Amino acid sequence: MAEGIRDKVAILGMGCTNFGELWDKSGNDLLVEAFTACLEDAQIEKKEIDACWIGAAMPEFGIGGTSLPCAATLKLPFIPVTRLENACATGSEALRGASYAVASRVCDIALAIGVEKTKDTGYGGLPNMRGGLSGTVGQIIGPNVSAPGMFAQLATAYEAKYKIPMDKIKETIAHISWKSHENGALNPLAHLRRRVTKEQILNAPMISYPLGLFDCCGVSDGAAAAIVTTPEIAKSIKKNQDIVKVKALQIATSSGEESICNEYDGASIWTTSRAAPRAYEEAGIKNPREEISMFEVHDCFSITELSTYEDLQISPRGGGVEDVLNGFFDLKGGGIPCQPDGGLKCFGHPIGASGLRMVYEMYNQLLRRWPEERLVPNPKFGLTHNLGGQPIQNVVSICIVGL
Amino acid sequence: MVGIRSYGGYIPRYRLDRMKIYQSIGWINQGNIAYARGEKAVANVDEDTLTMAVAAGLDCITGFDRSEMDGVYLASTSFPYKERQNAGIVAGALCLNDNIRSADFGGSLKSGTTALLSAMEAIASKGANNLVVCASESRLGGIGSSQELIFGDGAAAFLVSDKDVIAEYKGSFSLTCDFVDHFRGSNSKFDRQWEDRWIRDIGFDKFIPEAVNGLFNKYGLKIGDFAKVIYPCYYASEHKKLAKTLGVEDGKLQDTMLGQVGEMGTAQPMAMLVKALEEANPGDKLLVVSYGSGCDALWFEVTDNIKKLKGRRGISGHLANKTELDVYEKYLAWRNIIQVDVGLRTEEDVWARWSVDWKNKKAILGFYGTKCLKCGVPQFPPQRICANPQCGAVDQTEPYTFADKGGKIFTFTGDNLTSTMDPPETYGNIDFNGGGRYMMNFTDCTVDSISVGMPVEFSFRIVNYDPKRDLTIYFWKAVPTNKGV
Repeated sequence: MAEGIRDKVAILGMGCTNFGELWDKSGNDLLVEAFTACLEDAQIEKKEIDACWIGAAMPEFGIGGTSLPCAATLKLPFIPVTRLENACATGSEALRGASYAVASRVCDIALAIGVEKTKDTGYGGLPNMRGGLSGTVGQIIGPNVSAPGMFAQLATAYEAKYKIPMDKIKETIAHISWKSHENGALNPLAHLRRRVTKEQILNAPMISYPLGLFDCCGVSDGAAAAIVTTPEIAKSIKKNQDIVKVKALQIATSSGEESICNEYDGASIWTTSRAAPRAYEEAGIKNPREEISMFEVHDCFSITELSTYEDLQISPRGGGVEDVLNGFFDLKGGGIPCQPDGGLKCFGHPIGASGLRMVYEMYNQLLRRWPEERLVPNPKFGLTHNLGGQPIQNVVSICIVGL
Repeated sequence: MVGIRSYGGYIPRYRLDRMKIYQSIGWINQGNIAYARGEKAVANVDEDTLTMAVAAGLDCITGFDRSEMDGVYLASTSFPYKERQNAGIVAGALCLNDNIRSADFGGSLKSGTTALLSAMEAIASKGANNLVVCASESRLGGIGSSQELIFGDGAAAFLVSDKDVIAEYKGSFSLTCDFVDHFRGSNSKFDRQWEDRWIRDIGFDKFIPEAVNGLFNKYGLKIGDFAKVIYPCYYASEHKKLAKTLGVEDGKLQDTMLGQVGEMGTAQPMAMLVKALEEANPGDKLLVVSYGSGCDALWFEVTDNIKKLKGRRGISGHLANKTELDVYEKYLAWRNIIQVDVGLRTEEDVWARWSVDWKNKKAILGFYGTKCLKCGVPQFPPQRICANPQCGAVDQTEPYTFADKGGKIFTFTGDNLTSTMDPPETYGNIDFNGGGRYMMNFTDCTVDSISVGMPVEFSFRIVNYDPKRDLTIYFWKAVPTNKGV
């Protein structure tokens, strides 16, 4: 393995808007808010930023395409700005671009920012997916699907593979959503801040069998940003503060094997299970269940979170159900808190921002900036998992941060 | 010997109880109670004339070498395209060669038999060896009209050949008259008709006997020669009365299936002929008469080969595979007779890019993927670099169709979010028999009736209709067969 990114990049500052149905704000407003908060936290001036990566996955509904709207909105002074999109992992890709620039020492200080205005489509959920992952011909040969429908298939495959009755799976994923709502209720930045009962979850309308309304994250508007630099520069700016460093940053992209060949089991996400060991090795983690302190995973749907526990090697294969029902992932459950901020479940999913929002939570937990009721005890490593695409074809970004 | 080598049929799975229609709209014309009996076959939301023709055609050519087919003739008065050859789309979906002849036959309800005659004469003149003839229909009557009650959807197909014929073509007699009992202008959605009594007394009553007698005089035949007499007539009592006029003995009159399917237009005499062949014995003589702007009368003699032709669903198989359409308004919405609000999500524009369609025509119409010549793994969509990680061969593939392979459900869901006229939209990953996997839409099923491991077969269906440009887009869907689970 190459040398990797461990301890080469420090997060100097972060900013995150509240996420929600922000009818009175534009994507440009959200960029300004996330950026100014991030700059203030980083304790630097704008002119010190060497380059910027802006993540926006569906800019036709928001700020517009290319790097130009971001540069002009933030008045970035003729620095390199790159707009990128990598499905729902777009925010993490922005962080990767900025981190690689710093790790390679091409830049001293780089900005990663992500934004999405998903609420200006006029309807709930993301736009139609037909052809989205397979180009123009996909509009004809691709199935007429939605995001919940693509991920719901994890559940039918999980049921068939592990012979776990659907009722038990439903009970498990209800606990997952319940736990996230408990956490989100404590978080002023979250979109959904309402506690819900497991009965409400189980009795909610069906969105895509077997996923009900509360098994699905909403969509929302929001932006988040990170300024990264070298640990040395970070220490020189923040002399009296812990420095949060990138320990691992791994991405895995489907090769086409899952969707074309017959070996993939349908009840897991192969990209996650490939990126995770690479990330653990990069971070020097031997036993993730023992060493990861907290994590934010891509809970676009509750069933995705269940699979992810196993794909990340936190739970054994087929053992996620037991861990969930034992409260292992609850905020104060004595295990590894998952979605301490409420997750996509409560934040919704402004695509370009979500990956950075996850890191924002890990960063602030490590710096002990939250009120006691929200704090994860003694965190060492925080992991984020950002997934874009569908179970049979996707990109996964895993980022591990620590002090 | 020229004649029919094989047959196939298709009746859509949904049946609409005519009384349901009458109960909803019968108040506008109470006399329609006369037609409010039985049920009519209704194409699913993703079916039309073209998809039904493909289904009947596939049924017909099952077991035959597709490369032997020299052409496709398609008859209908309800084509989805006025310009863009409909038969060409059918040929693509039947995975036939490019170097074949194709033609659309339309305009009259007798065009099915005219297509059949043209095929038989082409074979007789040695212009071709094997031609596929399909007739398919999905006609609409206006809301509250008698036609709305009478019309049904269905298709029939024949393989016409000079080899291994099951029914020898013996001769024909045709009439052409501009008798406008029914008509549709080129901008009209609905059939219009003149008074029933005129149609019955001057139409059916005069033309059918005239065609039959013309045929008899030409070939020296008499009605008693025939084991089955086939002619359409959607006036049930008139159908029987005509039999008396013609002297058809009891049990020899082929049923019109009016109570189970409805009047199938160009496909009507063709589907009746399929049904007759299903029950025919060697030596039987069959008389077939079509009706519409005149008549074609044809006669056949069934051969010993009839006993060898197996594995067709035909019309009987499809009659048995049925599900009640629960709501009349669904029929109206599916045929775009009433506009329903499917939500803003539906309004996102999906273009057909014809140059892309052309480049991918084998994948789209024939469900062709690739099979790796090095490792043998079948793959869809077509790949240039083998997806098998143990292989990875570059540009070492051969075309491979999945259309006739069947498969099993690997994962599934029923989606209430995505835009569809028939929620929940069912889809999932299919593991193909013989290898390969693809995520595709399901059809003719409900989410409660499917499970992982259930066998599926593939059906050519509408996958999108673009109202802005009036174009229909087709691809393949998986049909769970409920067998073996």
